[in-house]
Amino acid sequence: MPVKDIDVDYIARVEGQGQLRIRTLDGNVDLVEFGIFEPPKFFEAFLLGRKYTEVHELTSRICGICPVPHQIAALRAVENAMGIEVSEQTEALRKLLSYGSHIQSHVLSLYFLTAPDYLGYDSIITMAKDKPQLVKRALKLKKLGNDIEEVVGARAVHPTAAVVGGFTEIPKKRKMEELKRRLVDSMSDAVETARFASRLELPKFERRCEHIALGSNNEYPIIKGRLVSTEGLNVEEVQYRQFFKESQVDYSWAKHSTVVDRGSFLVGPLARVNLNHKRMSERSQELLDEAGFKPLVFNPFMHVVARAAEVANAVETSIEIIDNLKYEDEAVVEDSFKPKAGEGYAVVEAPRGILYHNYRFNDEGIVEKADIVTPTAHFARNVENDLREFVPQIIANPLKAATLRCEMLVRAYDPCISCSVHLQKVDKRTA
Amino acid sequence: MGDKPKVAVVKLTGCAGCQMEFLRLEDEFLDIINSVDLAYFVMARSNNRNGPFDLAFVEGSVSTPRELNELRELREKTKTLIAFGDCACTGCIPSILNWVPPVTSAKVYENFSAIHLKKESFQRIIPLHELVKVDIQLKGCPPHKDMIVETVKAALIGTKPYLRRHPVCVECKLKENICLLTFDKRPCMGPVTSGGCGAICPTAGRVCEGCYGPMSDANAASLARELLEGCGLSEEDVVRRFRKYAGMTPAFAEEAESL
Repeated sequence: MPVKDIDVDYIARVEGQGQLRIRTLDGNVDLVEFGIFEPPKFFEAFLLGRKYTEVHELTSRICGICPVPHQIAALRAVENAMGIEVSEQTEALRKLLSYGSHIQSHVLSLYFLTAPDYLGYDSIITMAKDKPQLVKRALKLKKLGNDIEEVVGARAVHPTAAVVGGFTEIPKKRKMEELKRRLVDSMSDAVETARFASRLELPKFERRCEHIALGSNNEYPIIKGRLVSTEGLNVEEVQYRQFFKESQVDYSWAKHSTVVDRGSFLVGPLARVNLNHKRMSERSQELLDEAGFKPLVFNPFMHVVARAAEVANAVETSIEIIDNLKYEDEAVVEDSFKPKAGEGYAVVEAPRGILYHNYRFNDEGIVEKADIVTPTAHFARNVENDLREFVPQIIANPLKAATLRCEMLVRAYDPCISCSVHLQKVDKRTA
Repeated sequence: MGDKPKVAVVKLTGCAGCQMEFLRLEDEFLDIINSVDLAYFVMARSNNRNGPFDLAFVEGSVSTPRELNELRELREKTKTLIAFGDCACTGCIPSILNWVPPVTSAKVYENFSAIHLKKESFQRIIPLHELVKVDIQLKGCPPHKDMIVETVKAALIGTKPYLRRHPVCVECKLKENICLLTFDKRPCMGPVTSGGCGAICPTAGRVCEGCYGPMSDANAASLARELLEGCGLSEEDVVRRFRKYAGMTPAFAEEAESL
């Protein structure tokens, strides 16, 4: 087995256009490229000259799977730049909107993108014939996530009601109570999902690397928090650029992030659960125990178990948020705030991990600088580093099986490739 | 099994939101996979098969030579090619790039030429109809899932899908909303924007941003006047509104140009 090449020209069952190129010689890895041929859309360039009221609406279109995290990161960055405070209710509704987004995205990842690998199918389409109950559960949960987004944000894909300063419409109590009823009813499906994930035969592979997520003292943070890591990082979101840097690789439109003076890192469900499991709902902690998940876990395939536990946490937390809502009549008009010059930063947890937005505005509220780094850009280098250690363990397998294992590792991270091709600041002064 | 229409769902330069809207058909999903053969859908399956296809939903615009080839090949082997969503129909939000000088966009990468050698980009967003014949346009960012069902149904019974070309205002009136433009003097794009969404935004207290692109025979000049004089927008504001979801369409391009 002198030379063995693994090539995947177009990785299936992930969002966007990505490829894998792995070269080995005598079982040793010579080259690993997780290449992204998804065309760049240059958001940072065309955001210059646009208005503060539309930044979240435009950046929503970076990603159709996680428009909500992009919207909330953009809204918070704009509000931070202009000193706009939002109400507790707005924060609660943004959290609920985010949990809806996490549920639909995680369920898509678990059942549509990941499960076929472990159950021996090429897709949910073929899986549906043999396992109708499983697929029906997936569809029911996914619809629930989408419907949360629709009730809170007025639309599931690219919601429209979340604007600078709040929401243009406060959801009706009647609709929220109906959502709550469905959330309560779906708790058993979420539990089944966690058990289903824990029974999958995930490859045994471990590689210690830095895990980074948002941190908070009083909640499982998804819309704001400090940046914390398994290597002791603990900084404010405004300090992001002091601790993270990017480098360009010529085989990919996505840049690679590293922590300054350290290296590549992992973000997403596994990092979040490792760092914040104590702040998850009791039920989701029990499910993690049941699955034998003992933090810290450094097997990237365990993303799958963490993701499933997060679905249960999202369902339970959503019920709690609805229970505490007071339905204050605080609807805002989308351009009711006077713009102010300034610069703002925000980090949120997208389903796939931390997402960074930063903008500078002039006194008319026009964008003068934009800087966006997405979860998939954050972990792209780490996927390659994992593969470098993983490939020697599986390279003796027939090529088809070895290739599938590599794809499964990539899918465990649930890359969102459309997102990944946006990073690096563009500044009016230098552009 | 053999006579099920063969369907492809293809992604070019877009955000996957239209494919997500396709997968958002949770209630109809099992019926759809029973009645059509989803032969090519990279985001949803492995073992993707090549054409010929009866129906191809193409999400995204063309912005690289690779995509241009892909689209031309797909056109050859497809009976009904659908421009699936605004990016495919008009270029959508990414088409704002077309008014940005290439040197600015290249700044997104510190060494643009190195990466450009291996992975070429036109640095320009091109809607599908400028490159190949498009049979059906599903407008919207994203197109409402009911329009996807309508298109699949029409293909199954061999008719043309019924797609709305009236303005958002028609749907807004049916919802019995108070007009944001005439009563509140807020800059609503509803009067020139294609319906199909169910007037989601005005119903949620927000002005229409125009995300379905222009309706047929849109009177952009009249709305522009109203936005300037009635709503007190600046010329730059009006240009930003027309160069957003459908800046490349003749109706909106002309209006933005004239200001």
